[in-house]
Amino acid sequence: MEALFATTTGILAASGLYLSLRGRTFPVVVGLTLLSYAVNLFLFSTGGLTTDGAAVINDSGGYTDPLPQALVLTAIVIGFAMTAFSVILAMRVRGDVGSDHVNGNRIDEPREDKS
Amino acid sequence: MSLLLIVLLPLLGSLLPLLSSNHRRHQCALLTAAMPLVALLIALREAPGVLAGDVPRLAFSWVPALGLDLALRLDGLSLMFVLLILGIGLLIILYARHYLSTADSMPRFYAFLMLFMTAMLGIVMADNLILLWMFWELTSLSSFLLIGFWNHQSGARKGARMALAVTGMGGLALLAGLILIGQIVGTFDMQTVLDSRDVILDDPRYLPALLLILLGAFTKSAQFPFQFWLPQAMAAPTPVSAFLHSATMVKAGVFLLARLHPALAGSQEWLYLVSLTGLVTMLYGAYFALIKLDLKAILAYSTVSHLGLITMLFGLDSRMAVVAGLFHILNHATFKAALFMTAGIVDHECGTRDIRKLKGLWRYMPMTTALAAITAASMAGVPLFNGFLSKEMMLAETLGTSLLGGLAWLIPTLATVGSILAASYSLRYVRNTFFDGKPRELEKTPHEAPFPMRLPILILAIVCVVVGILPALTTTDLLTAAADAALVGAAPELHLSIWHGFNLPLLMSAIALAGGIAVYLLRQHLFTFHRQFPSRHSLTIFEGAVQRLVRFTQWCIDTLENGSLQRYMLWVVISALGVAGMGLMSIDTLQGDVAMQPADPMVTVGAVITCFAGLGTAFLHRRRLISLIMLSVVGLMASLAFARFSAPDLALTQLAVEVVTVILLMLALFFLPQKTPKESSASRIVRDVLFAAGFGGVVASLNYALLTRPLTSISDFFLDNSVPGGGGHNVVNVILVDFRGFDTLGEITVLCIAGIGIYKLLNRLRLFMPSSDSEGRPWSPDRYPMILASVSQTLLPMALLVSVFIFLRGHNAPGGGFIAGLVTAVALILMYIAHGVEWAQQRLSFQYQPIAVSGVAIATLTGLGSWVFGYPFLTSAFGHFHIPLIGDVELATAMLFDLGVYLTVVGATLMILANLGKVTTPHRPSKQKEKA
Repeated sequence: MEALFATTTGILAASGLYLSLRGRTFPVVVGLTLLSYAVNLFLFSTGGLTTDGAAVINDSGGYTDPLPQALVLTAIVIGFAMTAFSVILAMRVRGDVGSDHVNGNRIDEPREDKS
Repeated sequence: MSLLLIVLLPLLGSLLPLLSSNHRRHQCALLTAAMPLVALLIALREAPGVLAGDVPRLAFSWVPALGLDLALRLDGLSLMFVLLILGIGLLIILYARHYLSTADSMPRFYAFLMLFMTAMLGIVMADNLILLWMFWELTSLSSFLLIGFWNHQSGARKGARMALAVTGMGGLALLAGLILIGQIVGTFDMQTVLDSRDVILDDPRYLPALLLILLGAFTKSAQFPFQFWLPQAMAAPTPVSAFLHSATMVKAGVFLLARLHPALAGSQEWLYLVSLTGLVTMLYGAYFALIKLDLKAILAYSTVSHLGLITMLFGLDSRMAVVAGLFHILNHATFKAALFMTAGIVDHECGTRDIRKLKGLWRYMPMTTALAAITAASMAGVPLFNGFLSKEMMLAETLGTSLLGGLAWLIPTLATVGSILAASYSLRYVRNTFFDGKPRELEKTPHEAPFPMRLPILILAIVCVVVGILPALTTTDLLTAAADAALVGAAPELHLSIWHGFNLPLLMSAIALAGGIAVYLLRQHLFTFHRQFPSRHSLTIFEGAVQRLVRFTQWCIDTLENGSLQRYMLWVVISALGVAGMGLMSIDTLQGDVAMQPADPMVTVGAVITCFAGLGTAFLHRRRLISLIMLSVVGLMASLAFARFSAPDLALTQLAVEVVTVILLMLALFFLPQKTPKESSASRIVRDVLFAAGFGGVVASLNYALLTRPLTSISDFFLDNSVPGGGGHNVVNVILVDFRGFDTLGEITVLCIAGIGIYKLLNRLRLFMPSSDSEGRPWSPDRYPMILASVSQTLLPMALLVSVFIFLRGHNAPGGGFIAGLVTAVALILMYIAHGVEWAQQRLSFQYQPIAVSGVAIATLTGLGSWVFGYPFLTSAFGHFHIPLIGDVELATAMLFDLGVYLTVVGATLMILANLGKVTTPHRPSKQKEKA
């Protein structure tokens, strides 16, 4: 199970990174989101992969590690804020620069109607 | 307290001239002079005590963590320099009053001068190494301002920059050296350092510390090979040259040698480094002083030479040499300041400083001629003037040195050669300027300068003569006191007198004078010889080096920071790969000791789906919508993974965030190109795939290595203390709102800031509006789906109820402010989707920004509340309360904090999405159609 989990994290990280290295804003945003999923899963797994545990105090015990969970919970929300910020930055850049290339290059693209 | 006044009064004095205007020049000069005069009187009042052996000290703690104290002392060495700085400083103020033309801003000049004086006094009185360094840097900065005072001249700007670069660099080296010394001794307190010579000399860090400190001292005192900045600094107004580059600033370097002499001297390294550098500088400076044609350049090189002489004396292994060095500091300051002022008068009256044009000025300015002759005689070492005394002491001390062992005879020989050159250039300075025929090619007829300009020179010349004739009476006490401070143990007994009988030093002095005249007479041969050398101007060389440095850094910036995000990303990835890869290589095997759990079919299927969706997101990225759908699959699978591996809180959060993220990206995608053009070259794709695969491999290996190793966690603390300490059973939530509440507070602040930033970005956003889809079909007008609209309306109260439920139970069961906030946000966004922005806006007629901000405020205030009760920030309290009909409820202040989290999440999320929707709505096809 651990090997499976690790492989999945690796594949997600690789896909996310590949997208982050693309030249257009949208794939980069998607890539960063994907990368943050991979990172969240990775961080979460540092507490171990517990089946049928919980981080709620009860009489029977069998706890999972609550600390990575607390970290990842905030990371998920921050990740959303980051995604939102970068995608709207991308929209703004397209509006102001006229290109959705991450380097701000004006590469000829089929001009769409501008409202 | 009086010590502090000595330093602070000139600092106050740097503000006073600014009160005056440039037109009221007398008033300006008087205002400036008042403060140093008072400081001088205070110093003189302290003088008898200091001469008797007292060392008044004063210390205030300033930055104890750095070992920096505002500590001052006034020992003999300090006193000698304080008198020198304030005395000559006052004369310079008087001189500058008449030197500066009306075009120059006098208040500005005096302000800089006073600032410099403060810095200099600080150096000589500092009782703390770091404080000393601070004032040291202040002299570099204020001298930069003074050298560049005529900032309309290119030479002044370049000279100032060069001086700052060289002395500033030396200052940094000095700081490093002083810190090393501080580490060796364990304190930056001056007295302790001075008393710890044995500790310092035995420490292995002694040599690097010594080298760094000497670098600082040598750059400041223009010692070879750093002598080149001083002649360039002559672009400064002459009063500045007279003050900074003869009497004070360049003396800071030799002062440092004297100050730290008790702590650092006595080793072979010190002997060789200091005295040989001084010797070389002395000869180098003397030679060029003889060659140069500009009066100030002659004096500048002679200053270099004399500073070399003083440095050599401090380096020699004799106690009397230190006394001679101190004596020469005093004498050099008097005659060199006076000489600079005569050069200033000549420049002022004749409009040139070129020695080839100036001749026979004695006809026009007899008094200046006499004063220049007296002070130059002192510089040459003619008997009856003060320069003779210290020069003869120097010659005597070179005789006794053990430097160079069997070749020790070289030192006195070379010292005599230096003295011959000194006599020669002194003679040349006086004879070629004031005698030797009539002036040629002068632009104006020179005449005597106003008396107040000659008065300072007169005073200094009188000092030269009086000290020269009555040395024992005038300077013995001061020198003994200064030498006491610069030496370990009591200073050697001093017998200053003109006549010591016929001995070897007297012979050497005679040789020097006779040789000086001979060299002067034969100087044309020397000039002819010198013309063979290619002329290399130090400023050109320096500027060239600076330009090359600038070009190199520009090249570095252009290469590393070329504005390409892709390149930056690549560098980040490469460094991450490097660091993580090294960590992985340092472990023996990837597989740890913990056995793997068996994979069940559900997990396997989930992993396979996740992997395919992840790869699909990447491979199909040019078709953006499909890529986005693949991404949402990954997000949902992640949520399931959290649920499967016992993290219900995370599963809920991920689920809600996933919904919001996908809605946001869909909305954004509408305004971005629907497809990504094919533009990456094949080689770039290969490169990126390789890097991505490498990165994925490293992440996977790291994760695997981590998962198969035994886990040690600090979480037991949280599990044990959650109920008794935080009053909650859901440990994740208790960590968020209580144990690590401060982190959460920071996190919701970031969330709020992101929301506000997005709000700002949306302001006046210009949108690219697609009128058709990628296949050219026009967009159909937007109709809101009937079923969704009805269902969502029914669902809203339930969703809100659920979010309240999740919020309330969060402390004891999976849930909490984050998740509840996201659920509320999703429910409200559904309204927007189902009915459109306008419909929703009419019913949700409030701004979201205040909600988010008030959320952060509530959380912060909750934290601050614990201060009211005398507890640290964000201490939580909880208790059980009985509410009728509902029963026992456990309430904690953490819940209030969680409310802040809840409001922030709702506010920020809706601020982002609703505002984006609002901005984009007017551009929708449906609206356009309606308008049309």
